[in-house]
Amino acid sequence: MKETPLSNCERDFLLRAIEEKKRLDGRQTYDYRKLKITFGTDYGCCFVDLGQTRVMAQVSCELVAPKENRPTEGILFFNIELSPMASPSFEQGRQSELSVKLNRQLERCLRNSKCIDTESLCVVSGEKVWQVRVDVHTLNNDGNLMDAASVAAITALCHFRRPDVAIQGEEVTVFSPEERDPIPLSVYHMPISVSFAFFQQGTFLLVDPCEREERVMDGLLMIAMNKHREICSIQSSGGIMLLKDQVMRCSKIASVKVSEITELISQALLNDKAARKAGGKCGFAESMPQDRITALKMDQTDVEMTNVSQTGSGVILQGDEAPPPTVPSPVVPVPGVGQVGQGLQSWGLEEEEEDDDDEEEESSGDDQVEEVTQIKLSEKDKKEAVVEISDSEEEEVEVDKLN
Amino acid sequence: LASGMFSSLKEKIGEVLLPGDEFVFESEDTIFLTDNVKPERPVCGPGLRQSGNRLVVSKSGVLRHKPPHTFWMDSQQWRYVPAKAETVIGIVTSKSGDIFKVDVGGSEQASLSYLAFEGATKRNRPNVQVGDLVFAQFTVANKDMEPELVCIDGSGRANGMGVFGGGGLLLKVSLGLVRRLLAPQSDIRSDLEQLFPCELVVGMNGRIWVRASTIQQTLIISNLLQSCDTLTAPQRREQFRKLQKGGL
Repeated sequence: MKETPLSNCERDFLLRAIEEKKRLDGRQTYDYRKLKITFGTDYGCCFVDLGQTRVMAQVSCELVAPKENRPTEGILFFNIELSPMASPSFEQGRQSELSVKLNRQLERCLRNSKCIDTESLCVVSGEKVWQVRVDVHTLNNDGNLMDAASVAAITALCHFRRPDVAIQGEEVTVFSPEERDPIPLSVYHMPISVSFAFFQQGTFLLVDPCEREERVMDGLLMIAMNKHREICSIQSSGGIMLLKDQVMRCSKIASVKVSEITELISQALLNDKAARKAGGKCGFAESMPQDRITALKMDQTDVEMTNVSQTGSGVILQGDEAPPPTVPSPVVPVPGVGQVGQGLQSWGLEEEEEDDDDEEEESSGDDQVEEVTQIKLSEKDKKEAVVEISDSEEEEVEVDKLN
Repeated sequence: LASGMFSSLKEKIGEVLLPGDEFVFESEDTIFLTDNVKPERPVCGPGLRQSGNRLVVSKSGVLRHKPPHTFWMDSQQWRYVPAKAETVIGIVTSKSGDIFKVDVGGSEQASLSYLAFEGATKRNRPNVQVGDLVFAQFTVANKDMEPELVCIDGSGRANGMGVFGGGGLLLKVSLGLVRRLLAPQSDIRSDLEQLFPCELVVGMNGRIWVRASTIQQTLIISNLLQSCDTLTAPQRREQFRKLQKGGL
């Protein structure tokens, strides 16, 4: 599908606004959008939100034969997928120019900088090594996919745990996560890419361009750096002429931004580690904020209740079995031992799911039609399998009450 | 009798309905002595479908009513589907021979003839370039044919339509916000009027063009309009009030 064309008035307005140092969302020239990092339940799954741009990185590993010329090193494989979910102009399966460019940049940033120790990924030299695969999926494109992808990739690599391996002579044992705790990869440093967009032949520059700014820019400069102020990769595209002092200025800005982002990543990793240790809920579903559109919202809506009492009593009349006693009757698994109360497992397989509903709903009133129907269902099943031991007369009394 | 037919519908005005909710009208068995009385049928707007004497809701939203018997579902949507006689803001994508191809945000591009402008003749062509914005209305818009636009009304006058001048910013908002802005008594519009003077063109395809005296004011209005989608009325008034107090 073709993207919405950029109209002339939008282009003129954006360029004029940039000349006056004004951006569409009110940021300053060197400001990043809000960066949010969350993790999934698996180790190695990481979501990064850069404003409205959203990407997901997933790291996985498997044992393969090493490359011929490097028998003692593990293999790293990177892949960025431009999904049609991100933008109507991305097509599934087709290698567009942007996709090739992003893949190349990510590889240069992470592989050539040697941020992961590949020697430690070797299991049996010349025969078996770990192949670590990083898949980055773009979920929403609002500009600056490269930065978001690089943050997601390196965070996922730091978050990932690979299975433990033990070598005893000739025998190699790979332990599953249940047998032994998986161990993290050894990451030397964290290269992060920072993008600069240039306008009006290099006169004005903006950090972290959003999608509309990207459409009117002349050229893009991408600097990948780590927090020790080592440049891992520099790439300039768009064919603009850059002066030496402009590049130096950009690298200084990049070092400031990279240290902030690295701090954020370490904090996010620590928080996730603490959450997992405490046994709390972690993962994507928990970290998703609830975005609600409240334009047409109503604070209260009435539920149709006019016929409930009639339908309810009709349903109860239909049930020709007597409802069970409110107190669950004791079960005698072995002569001399009696069990009463919740958590009884011996009533039969088909009732185990309905047990919980039953316990809660018996005490609540019969206001909702659904609950009455559920009680009726479980009543039927329960009647067959309940082992009535007590010979008191309380049950008959309770039966009358419910009726 | 007439009110009896729609009573079940009228009870639900202003309530949230879901797709699949049905309303049945009983057919009249009595024969009228005077044949002038016709059974009144409800006029169904978007989101309601009629088959025989059954009315089915096909979109979730709030039921709205306009007397005498017009009903429709007020729902939230971002994607535009071209409909006849709606005025939209389009972006010219190509000029080929006698017609312009215009992108309106729908599944197909609409065609706009160069003669469909006020005062345009074969010798006197309108000054429209690729990438310009046009404000036009649909003459043909159905699912079987390519949509067609014109920049004149029935009597040949422009009536506010045509090519845009320079400056200003184009935004994309939801269709619900656009309808609320264009409603006769619009809260949002009256709140905006009190802020500062600006020019606003609202297209039914969810596109709004804004121009104020300075770039800063234009940016403020555009951010306000985009956030109005997700704010309730009290929150929105709070935002406007803060702006007025903050000064510019």
